[in-house]
Amino acid sequence: MSELVEKIESEEVSAPKGSLIFRKIWHLRLGVIGGLVILALLLTAIFCPLLAPHDPYAQNISNRLKPPVWMEKGDWKHLLGTDHLGRDLFSRILYGSRISLVVGISAAILMAIMGVGLGLFAGYYGGQVDSVISFFVNCMMGFPFILLAMSLVAVLGPSLQNIIITLALTSWPVFTRVTRVETMKLREREFILAATSLAYETWRILLHHILPNLLPSILVLGTVEIARAIILESLLSFLGLGIQPPIPSWGAMLAEGRNYMLMQWWLAAFPGSAIFLSALGINLLGDALRDMTDPHLRKS
Amino acid sequence: MRTYIIKRLLQSIGVCLVISMISFFLLFLNTDPALVLLPPEAEVTDIAQFKKQMGLDRPVTIQYLDFLHRVVLYGDFGNSFVAKVSALQLVGERLPATVKLAVAALILVNLVAIPVGIIAAIRRYSLMDNLATLAALLGQAMPLYWFGIMLIIIFGIWLRWLPISGSDSLAHLILPAITLASWILPVNMRLVRSGMLDVLNQDYIRTARAKGLNERKVLIKHAFKNAAIPLVTVVGMQLGLLLGGAVVTETVFAWPGLGRLAVDSIRMGDYPVVQAIVVVFAFFVVIGNLLADVLAALIDPRIRLE
Repeated sequence: MSELVEKIESEEVSAPKGSLIFRKIWHLRLGVIGGLVILALLLTAIFCPLLAPHDPYAQNISNRLKPPVWMEKGDWKHLLGTDHLGRDLFSRILYGSRISLVVGISAAILMAIMGVGLGLFAGYYGGQVDSVISFFVNCMMGFPFILLAMSLVAVLGPSLQNIIITLALTSWPVFTRVTRVETMKLREREFILAATSLAYETWRILLHHILPNLLPSILVLGTVEIARAIILESLLSFLGLGIQPPIPSWGAMLAEGRNYMLMQWWLAAFPGSAIFLSALGINLLGDALRDMTDPHLRKS
Repeated sequence: MRTYIIKRLLQSIGVCLVISMISFFLLFLNTDPALVLLPPEAEVTDIAQFKKQMGLDRPVTIQYLDFLHRVVLYGDFGNSFVAKVSALQLVGERLPATVKLAVAALILVNLVAIPVGIIAAIRRYSLMDNLATLAALLGQAMPLYWFGIMLIIIFGIWLRWLPISGSDSLAHLILPAITLASWILPVNMRLVRSGMLDVLNQDYIRTARAKGLNERKVLIKHAFKNAAIPLVTVVGMQLGLLLGGAVVTETVFAWPGLGRLAVDSIRMGDYPVVQAIVVVFAFFVVIGNLLADVLAALIDPRIRLE
């Protein structure tokens, strides 16, 4: 799969020159948009106590299921309306950004550490070590991912921390695959041979000589994985196995909203849009980063 | 070729074993059947007696080997705690619905991905190509279940064109199939496009054109056939993704398949059923990967000679 992805990614190489530059600028512009979305998301997560008009936990049953402001019976007090317990949807969505960002970023970092570590070993040592690690990666890829994540959460119990651990435990193989291949290529290069012949310790070669060269690809992959982790967290919450109510997680809100979609469609529509926009922004930035770090593109 | 198939087969068996092991230990850690099956007022001695009867007092490894032995020889995953019938029987009852959904989605994906991918590759950077790229970008950021819910709201509730849950007729299949298809469509579309782009630059395409073949023949017979090789591999691998997506889609549309059974069983702690589903899913995924690899090796000699 990774070869295929590489193939897709390197397809731009043979493009005609004028349109390539156009494409590049276009990509970068999309990247800037993505960056802005993420910046907005970060700011929202940090400042949501100031931005949110209401307490995201405050219930008011007499004020339940209010429509958004632009619909009939909507009012400015509740911009996006209220949910089945009379909580302000807008405030809850703002607070939800915290959960998504924390889960996305921590899970991506955790899986990168696990995956990159194993990938470095597999690629550097080769032979038996490589066979064992690769076999394990193949097993993980063969495991029905969602079922594994669901069972893991069921075992660990659904808390924020366990969701992060679960996402990391189920998604690290992507990093291993990429790191392994890149390490294998680097291992044969002169500067690594030089380091080896100087009798540097292995950890020093791995951390100081090989790892820095892998950082761009890891960073790109990490960005994409943040988006994936956000979507998967919301998915687990949607299935009732993620962050538990009343904590405002976008997925859990969507799951609650689903019960009201017949009349109050906005309860499902808006939390979903938040997930969609965040993931889109991160993916756009990831694409732009990839284009910038891709040597094929840089040369042209 | 034979060595290649045998090697892949052994690998697949290994993967199946490891997955059965993980699923067994995951649930072993998680559950105490004595607490689930016995009434809450059971005495300590009763529990001990029960454990002895069920063989639950033996070492874990022995229990695993026993589990494996039962599963491999008899397909016996034990009885469902909830429905009180064989777990495999439950899985068997639900399997057809999931297969129907997955096949419909797969057909839909290829019906869209192949023509759109080809057109995007021929008319590169045209409006069509850019629209397809944009759609793929949006599709990859879209949470599958949210897309499903939006389809329900728009086509089921506002327009009232299509039923929104259940599986009684062909009309019931439309929304779930579209939802599930959207899960893998972006990847396949990009794959067809990049595969075609790769091939279109090759000398033999120029030769085919130079000898005056009509363009359609060049594109379909010469170009697409070669571009399809990565597609074969990916469709095989996507079986796992597709089954995973089915878990979500079935929950959204109340589709009575394996995925919903999995979610319900995990929620209720019905572990024999969960184990059965995990192993059956993994089995499908492994077979899918194996078939795809063998098929790709048959089409493309470079792969099997590696």
